[in-house]
Amino acid sequence: MVSLTEFLIVAAMLFGLGVSGIVLNRKNLIVLLMSIELILLAVNTNFVAFSYFLGNVTGQVFVFFILTVAAAEAAIGLAILVVYYRSHQTIEVQDLDALKG
Amino acid sequence: MDVERILVWFSLLIVLLPLFGSLVAGLLGKLLDRTLTHRIVVGLVGIAFFLSCYVFKVIVIDGSSAIDHTFYTWATSGQYHFDVAFLIDRLSATMLAIVLFISFMVHIYTIGYMADDPGYQRFFSYVSLFTFAMLVLVLADNFLLLFFGWEGVGLVSYLLIGFWFKRETANFGSLKAFLVNRIGDIGFILATAGVLMYFGSLTYQDVFPQVPEAVNKTISLFPNYNVSAVTVISLLLFIGAMGKSAQVPLHVWLPESMEGPTPISALIHAATMVTAGIYMVARMSPLFEYSQAVLSLILVIGGTTAFFTGLVAVVQYDIKRVIAYSTLSQLGYMAVALGASAYDVAIFHLITHAFFKALLFLAAGSVIIALHHEQDMRRMGGLAAYMPITYLTFIIGSLALCAIPPFAGFYSKDTIIDAVHFSTIPGAHYAYYCVLAGAFVTSLYTFRALFMTFHGKERLPAALKGRVQESPWVVLFPLVMLAIPSVISGEILIRPMLYAKQTLLGNTIFVLPQHNALPQLAEEFHGAQLMALKAGTTPTFWIAMAGILTAWFFTIFPQWAEVLKKRFAVIYAILLRKYGFDDFNQIVLVHGTQDLGSLFYKVSDVKLIDGVAVNGSGRFIRWIAQTARKVQTGYLYHYAFAMVLGMVALLVWYMAGL
Repeated sequence: MVSLTEFLIVAAMLFGLGVSGIVLNRKNLIVLLMSIELILLAVNTNFVAFSYFLGNVTGQVFVFFILTVAAAEAAIGLAILVVYYRSHQTIEVQDLDALKG
Repeated sequence: MDVERILVWFSLLIVLLPLFGSLVAGLLGKLLDRTLTHRIVVGLVGIAFFLSCYVFKVIVIDGSSAIDHTFYTWATSGQYHFDVAFLIDRLSATMLAIVLFISFMVHIYTIGYMADDPGYQRFFSYVSLFTFAMLVLVLADNFLLLFFGWEGVGLVSYLLIGFWFKRETANFGSLKAFLVNRIGDIGFILATAGVLMYFGSLTYQDVFPQVPEAVNKTISLFPNYNVSAVTVISLLLFIGAMGKSAQVPLHVWLPESMEGPTPISALIHAATMVTAGIYMVARMSPLFEYSQAVLSLILVIGGTTAFFTGLVAVVQYDIKRVIAYSTLSQLGYMAVALGASAYDVAIFHLITHAFFKALLFLAAGSVIIALHHEQDMRRMGGLAAYMPITYLTFIIGSLALCAIPPFAGFYSKDTIIDAVHFSTIPGAHYAYYCVLAGAFVTSLYTFRALFMTFHGKERLPAALKGRVQESPWVVLFPLVMLAIPSVISGEILIRPMLYAKQTLLGNTIFVLPQHNALPQLAEEFHGAQLMALKAGTTPTFWIAMAGILTAWFFTIFPQWAEVLKKRFAVIYAILLRKYGFDDFNQIVLVHGTQDLGSLFYKVSDVKLIDGVAVNGSGRFIRWIAQTARKVQTGYLYHYAFAMVLGMVALLVWYMAGL
C-alpha cells in the first residue's frame, strides 16, 4: 500500500523540479511553461492524495478547476510566445530583459 | 483761526514744502528747465523758512505754550500706538528756524556752485529731501518718528556724499558714512525698544514724567548682573548720537563726507546731519540727567573728540578736510557741554557753530569753484587779492571758530569751557583740559588754513595765475548772510539763551539742580559786551591767540615746520594716519568681515548648503536609485528566484512563529 508520505514526497520532488526549472532555465521559454505545468501538477498530486486519504472529494473537484486554468494558461502562454518570437526573433529567456531598470 | 491751529498747519507746511520741492525737482526736474527747478525748490524752502520764523516768534518770543498735535496714527499694536505727531515747543521751534535758515542759504548757494553740473536737478531734489528728513527729526514728538527722520537723514547723506557716483572715492565715502551710521542706529533702536519696554510708550510727554520713578528699575544684562534701566537706555541713545554726531570712535565717516559737493558738506556739518545727535541728547535731557555714568562718558568722549580730532586737522592739506576735522572738534565741544549737563550751552554752540561752519564751508566752496575744483591748499595762496569778499567772510568765520571776542563762537565756546570748569560730574577735569587744549589747536589749524589759502606766495597752477575771479553773487549772497549772524548771534543770544529768567529753550531742557552749572556762571555774567571786554582775563582767549600766533609763525618760517616734522616724526606720522582709526577699521573690520564672509561662503554656503543639503540630497537619491536598479535585471528567473526566496522566508517565519 502506498502511503500518503510517499505521495507527498513525489509531489515535493515535482514541485522542486518545476521551481528549479524556472530558476535555472536560461534557454527556452517553452521549458519555462513546462516547468509551470510541473508545479501545478505537483499541487494537483497533493490535492488528489489528500482527497483520497481523507475521504473528501472536494480536493478532486479543485484539481479539475486547476487543470482547466492550466490548459487556458498554456494556450495563452504559447500564443504570446509565438507573437513574441515573430517580433523578436528569439525566445531565449536570457535575452528577455525588457524590464531591466 | 486761533493761533494754535495756525501753528499746527504751519508746522505741517514747513515739513511738507521741502518734500514737495524735492519730489518736483526729482521727478519733473528733467521736464522743467534748470532755472524753473531751482526757482520752485528755493522758493518752497524760502517759504518754509519764513513760516518757521513765525513759529519761532509765537512759541519762543511770545512764549506761547507748547503744542503736541497728532496728524495720523501710523500703526497700533495692542495698547501701543505709533503716531505721526509733531511737538512744537521752544527747542523744536529754535531748531526749525536754524535748520531752515542754513538750508535756505545752502539752496541759494547751490544755484551758483552746481551751475555746470549735469546732476543739477537731482542735487536740488536731494538737498530738499535732506531738509525734510531733518525737519521731521526735529519736530517728532515720539521716538519712532524721530527715528524715521534719523534714518531719512542717514539715507540722504548717503545719496549726497555719493553724489558724484562716478568717483570711486565718493562711493567709498558714502558707503562708509552709511555703514558707520548704522552702528549708531543699532544703539538708537535698542534704546527705543528699551523705552517701550520700561515706560510703555514712545511719546516724549508720556516717557519723561515717568523717568524719576523709573530710576530704580534695573535691567539684567547678564545673569546676576543688574544695571539701571535708565543708564542702559541713555547709553544706547548716546551710541546713536555718537554715530550721527561723529564722536570718537564713530567719527570716521565725517571726513569722508567731504567727497560730496561743498554745499552738502555745509549742510551736513552745520545744520542737518551731525547736529541731530546733539539735538537728540538735549531733547532727551530728562533721561540723561538721571544717569551720571553716561554723562561722564559723554564728557570723556566729547573731550577726546574735541582735542584729538582737532590735532589731525593741523596736518591736513585739503581745505575741506581741515574744516571737516574742525567740525569734529566742535562737535566734541557740544558733547562736552551735554556731558556737563549744560544742554542750553550745547544748543547755543550748535546755533553759533551752524552759522560760522556753514559760512566757512561755503567760503571754502567759493575758493574751490574759483580754482576750478582745486582743494589742495598747497596749490593756493595769495587769494585775498583776487577774492576780497570770500576772504573777508572766511576771516569772520575763522575768528568766530577760534572764539575771538566779540564773534559768535566766543560766547558759546567760552561758556562751554566755563561750564565744564564748574561741573562736578566725574570726567569733567579731563574734558576741561581737552577743551582748553582744543582751543589752541582750533585757532592753529584754522589760521594755518587761512594763511595758506589767502596769504603768502601764490602757488597756483600756471593756467590760473592772475585769472582767478571772485564768485558770482548767488555764491556771495549766502556768505554775507551767514557772516552777519556769525558776528552778532553770540552777543544777541547769550543772555536770552542762558541767563534770562525765562531762557530761550525754557522747560524743554531738564537739568537736575545738583548738575546745573549755569547759576554759578550767571553770577559772573554781567552782560555780553562786558564779557567780550573781559575776555583778556580768561585763559581761553590767550590760548586762542597763541594758536593764531603759532600759525602765523609757521607761515612766516615754514622751515621751522619742517624741523618740527622731522623732530617729531612719530607724532606726525600718527596724525597723518589719523590715529589709525581708518587703518584699524579697514584691516580689522572691513577685511575681517570680508574674510569671515568668504569663509562662511566657502564653508557653509558652498560646502554645507550647496554640497551637503542641496546637491547632497540629489546625489543621495541618485545613489539609492543606482543601487536599487541593479535589482531590476529584467530576467524572469531572477524574479522567480526572488519569489521563491520570499516564499521560503515567509514559511520559515511562519514555522518559527509557530
